[in-house]
Amino acid sequence: MENNQNFINDNYLNYVKSVSPKTNEKRSLIRAFLVGGLICSIGQGLRYMFQYLVGLEGDELAAYVSAVMIFLGAFLTGLGVYDRIGKFAGGGSIVPITGFANSVVSPAIEFKTEGYVYGVAAKMFVIAGPIIVFGVASSVLVGLIYYGIYNIF
Amino acid sequence: MEIFLMFLKVFAVGGAICTLAQLLINYTKITAGKILVYFLLAGAILQAFGLYQYVVDFAGAGATVPISGFGYLLSKGAMEGAKESLFKAITGGITAAGMGITAAIVFGYLFALIFKSRSKKN
Repeated sequence: MENNQNFINDNYLNYVKSVSPKTNEKRSLIRAFLVGGLICSIGQGLRYMFQYLVGLEGDELAAYVSAVMIFLGAFLTGLGVYDRIGKFAGGGSIVPITGFANSVVSPAIEFKTEGYVYGVAAKMFVIAGPIIVFGVASSVLVGLIYYGIYNIF
Repeated sequence: MEIFLMFLKVFAVGGAICTLAQLLINYTKITAGKILVYFLLAGAILQAFGLYQYVVDFAGAGATVPISGFGYLLSKGAMEGAKESLFKAITGGITAAGMGITAAIVFGYLFALIFKSRSKKN
């Protein structure tokens, strides 16, 4: 009985595999690499621009670059361009900071019909919320551990 | 020439981090939101041991633009703050990441107000 069940399951899984569309996995990796690399290169271009034209450096330089990248990600999401890039690039558009901006704007626009407080302002954090929660929590933990190390030794 | 070499490193490292994410998407059932959290934590933990700094020194924006760079920034801020006081040990992380979080909230809300949903067209 159990063997029979397994046989049916295997059959079914094979059937599902044969019917579901085959995403070209190698190609998706190459796309993620190219688009991810390109987005990071744009960031590096901005770094050089702010460094040589405005004269920023260090943490300030990094902060302004990430702000501009977030601006671009949010703007392109609003235009509907970023989602098209996302369909092509997958992980290549999710992981860069522009993808973080995309994860803020995309649900915010989607839930606009529910109002500007519980719709836009609340749904902005559907994906960004956990990132901020884990980010801030881990930074406090790291800070406290290092504070302990510095003051004990 | 030096700048060209730098762009090559940025492209390679940034691309590699994104490819790693794509591998997780292809071969596991981890959702995009969780991948972002894992990469953020990976950056934060690596920097807590002082390791992500090497990647940043090597690849610049290739390491800081991916979300793991955000985790790096949070840890780095907390570690620098911890040298000074308990207060700065606690606030250092979010202070360092302040520009990024502020930009995401302000631009996010602004563009959500300006633009309309496009889901009907799809």
